This record gives sequence, C-alpha cells and structure tokens, in this order.
Amino acid sequence: MTTTSCRTTGQSYYESNALKRITSLLDPGSFHEIIRPEEKISSPHLRILGQPCSFNDGIIVGAGRLAGKKVLIAGQEGGFMGGAVGEVHGAKLTGLLQRATEEGPDGVLLLLESGGVRLHEANAGLIAVSEIIRSVLAARVAGVPVIGLIGGVYGCFGGMGIVARCCNALIISEEGRMGLSGPEVIETTMGVEEFDASDRALVWRTVGGKHRYLIGEVQRLVDDDVAAFRAAAIELLNDPRPLSLEELQKEHGMLSDRLKSCGSAYDAIDIWHTMGIAEPETLPLLDTAAFHKAVQHVYRGAA
Amino acid sequence: MNLHELLDELFPDGHEVGCDDEVLVGSGRVKGREVAVIGTAGHAAIGIEIALNLAAAVLQVIESHPGRPILMLVDTQGQRLGRRDELLGINGYLAHLAKCLEMARQRGHRLISLVYAEAVSGGFLSFGMMADEIHTLQETQVRVMNLPAMARITKIPLERLEELSIDSPAFAPGIDNFFKLGGVESVWSTPLSEHLEAALTRKAGADTRSRLGLDRKGRVLAYPVARRVCTERV
Repeated sequence: MTTTSCRTTGQSYYESNALKRITSLLDPGSFHEIIRPEEKISSPHLRILGQPCSFNDGIIVGAGRLAGKKVLIAGQEGGFMGGAVGEVHGAKLTGLLQRATEEGPDGVLLLLESGGVRLHEANAGLIAVSEIIRSVLAARVAGVPVIGLIGGVYGCFGGMGIVARCCNALIISEEGRMGLSGPEVIETTMGVEEFDASDRALVWRTVGGKHRYLIGEVQRLVDDDVAAFRAAAIELLNDPRPLSLEELQKEHGMLSDRLKSCGSAYDAIDIWHTMGIAEPETLPLLDTAAFHKAVQHVYRGAA
Repeated sequence: MNLHELLDELFPDGHEVGCDDEVLVGSGRVKGREVAVIGTAGHAAIGIEIALNLAAAVLQVIESHPGRPILMLVDTQGQRLGRRDELLGINGYLAHLAKCLEMARQRGHRLISLVYAEAVSGGFLSFGMMADEIHTLQETQVRVMNLPAMARITKIPLERLEELSIDSPAFAPGIDNFFKLGGVESVWSTPLSEHLEAALTRKAGADTRSRLGLDRKGRVLAYPVARRVCTERV
C-alpha cells in the first residue's frame, strides 16, 4: 500500500497535459519522443470528414528513464477528442508495445486517458484497440511489465478500459475514473434513471479511483500528484508479474467471488458495507491517506 | 442459417454444442479432428456473467484438452450497458476473457473466429477479435455504430456521412469495410467445413491485421506508423 503526503506542493496529474505528465514522471531530460509533431502525421479519416486534426493524433510515445531504468512510455492527450483512439493514435501505441516485445525494456508506462474508440473512424479505431490489446498481452508474455496510470480529466473508458485491465498493474488517483461504458453513454442509451451522469458523487463512487481500488481492480491509489504516480510506478516496475495460467485462474476466482458477493449490489456504498467498512458513506470524503487508513483492515489486494 | 444448420455445416462428422444463457460451449469434429466450440448466441449483450462463463470455458479447454483448437462463434450486439455492470468492473471481466484467450494462444491452441450473425464493439473486442483469424459468414453484421447515431454524436449530417462512406471504410457498418481495414480476414461460404479445415491447418502467428489493411488499401497508415515506432532509433 502506498500513501503519499506531498499533496500541497505537488503538480496535479489531473490538470497536466500528456507531455507535461511524461516529462515530470520520467527522470529529468531523459524523454525522447518517437514521431515528433513537426512531421504532422495525423488522422487521414478526420481530414476527410472535415474535422480538426492534431499533429500527434492525440498521443505522445517515446523512450526514457524512470529511476534509471529503461522504459517506453505513451501518454494519451485528453485535450484532443478526449483521447479517443483512431488509426494513427492506435498504431503509435501498438508500435510502442511491439517495440517493448522486441527490445525488452525494464517496463512500459501507459498514461491512459481516453473515451475509447474515436467514432469518426470507428471501424479503424475498434481494430486499433484490438491491436493494442494483443500487443499489451504480447509484451507481457515477453516478460515486459506494462503499467497503466489513470488520473486524467476524461478517465479511461470504452476499449481502453479493457486495455487498462490487460496491464500488469494500474495506478489510479481518486480523480481517476475507469470503466467500459461511460456514465454519459449509459444515460443517453438507457435513460437517466439507470445512470444520472450529472450526479458527480454517484459517478465517482461507481467508476472512480477509490472504488476501483477497493474492489481490487487497481494496485495503487495515490494522490493527484505526478510525484505520487512516479513513486508508485517505480515500485510496481520492481514487481513484474508475468501473465501465467495460475494468475488467470486466481483472477477467475476473484472475479467469480466478486460477482457472488456483490452481484446484487445497487450502489458502491452497499459493496463497501458488504466488505466490512463501518461507515462506508464517509469514504468519498476522506483524503488518500485517511482513506487508506480507513480501509486497510478490509483491503484484500488486487488480482 | 440457424445455429443448428451452422453447426451441421461446420462439423459434418458430428458435434455436441450446448447453449446456456446465450453461451455456447461444446465440441465438434472435422476430418477426425476434435475442435472446441465456444461462443454466444441470440445477439448476446456481453455482460459480466457471459464474460465470466466464456472465460471459464476457455480455461476449461486449456486445462482439459491441451492444444485443442478453439472455434469462436460470434454473435453479439456489443457490451451490456448498465450501471451495475460498471459498478462491478465489467471492463475487468472483459479483459479477463481476453487474457484467457491469449493464454490459450500461448499454449498452442489455434483460435479461429467466425461471425455468424452480429459482431459489435466491446462484445466483439474482448472475444471474437482476440482470434488468430477472424472470418465471417455472408450477410452478417459487423459494426461499431450505425450512421444515424454517428451523425447525432459527431454532428456531421447523415447525408454527408452516407456519401463519404462510399469511398471510406473507416466508419460505416459492414463486412466489406472491416475486410478492407484488415479486421476481417475472409468471408466464408459453403461448404463451411472446408474453410474450417483449411484454417485449422494454418499456423498461428503475429497479429497481421494492419498489414492486411495496408494491402487492401483500407488502413494505409496503421502498419507503417506502428513499424516506425517499433524500429526507429532513439
């Protein structure tokens, strides 16, 4: 369990853009971008639709060092179309993961911030996400740990929510959100009575960092501070877990147990109560350190 | 073609495939070779229960029948949308399914997908799209989103999208589009058992979809961009 206490002096991960996150996570001056924005390799599909393009297609990829270790790193840019995955965006991420499989660095850091498939090029985006999933798993099979970091404005949803849970380990902040179908999508499709996306408290306790940590979907819950993300990433790189049949059988047991014990829950508060937390309704109010203290007696770890 | 006719067509030497809560599990024989069958039916919306049952079936094949090829029969309307599935972490359940399929591949199980009805978004992503080869029957549906919904969300007029989709395979529904993008390897026609037999004799390899998309001129940047990121000196 990791707690950090540099909240007052830290740099907000949530408010930083992809480049800022990358350069402040890595050892100073160590980042080298691959395919620089000057080359203007952007989405051909957006251009055809007459939509604005970004010169990096909403993602930055490259190599650098983390506490001296050689890492590959990708940062999705929520500021461009919510970090949505199109053909070029996805190919940059897949290429980076293929590089990891071939080069065998000490690890890969994925700074995930995405609503999932970019609907303007939905077919190409869906296949791209599938290629990302396959390349994450191939890197893991090759023994390279892939660590996901989630704490951006747009959260991590759609196919990228699946990608996230294919990683070795995840680091999330309280502000980070992760799921499959985002609250707005569910509200639009199923109605506001199914999910009121404007109810921020409901959104955060359903898909937010604290709940994801408590039910064992992420390995670390940290403050919204780049330094806290960095410290957790350094720790997790030192503890690689290769993809194995035994791990998957264990995960299967954990997911089955969760369905059995929490399958009829309607709200996160019910689940926290079932887990044995005395005053579950107070959890959303606690800062990260106090939260860790309040849940340590029931926390069972992540799969 | 209904499911029973499909199985008869695929496995003239016999099959035993059960359907429980939209999940298909069983086996069939083609030219004396036993093939595991795992899939979904009834345009299933893939929620956490189905994902977990599919994963259990994959783990079962790995444990009980090492190396046995797996035919994945795809019929899904996508992921199940709902607050309760999100609360329980449905993305983790779908990722678990994808990881189980990757483990099967690593242990020498051939993975062949056949879309026989409908293949949509997250339900397709975590299951059918994990195969070594993805095939479809004719007259099936593969899509992320229909054009009216896309027009609403992107605020691009429907007529404009319809016009552009004649030349671009990137966004409109359809097998032809996924074929051009490299997401569908081929379209099977009868006799299906011959296609299956041929697929089973091929070897599993790396993911070749971006290369296919380039060759078919539907996705011309995916392959070169990925290769560059993979190989460029830093």
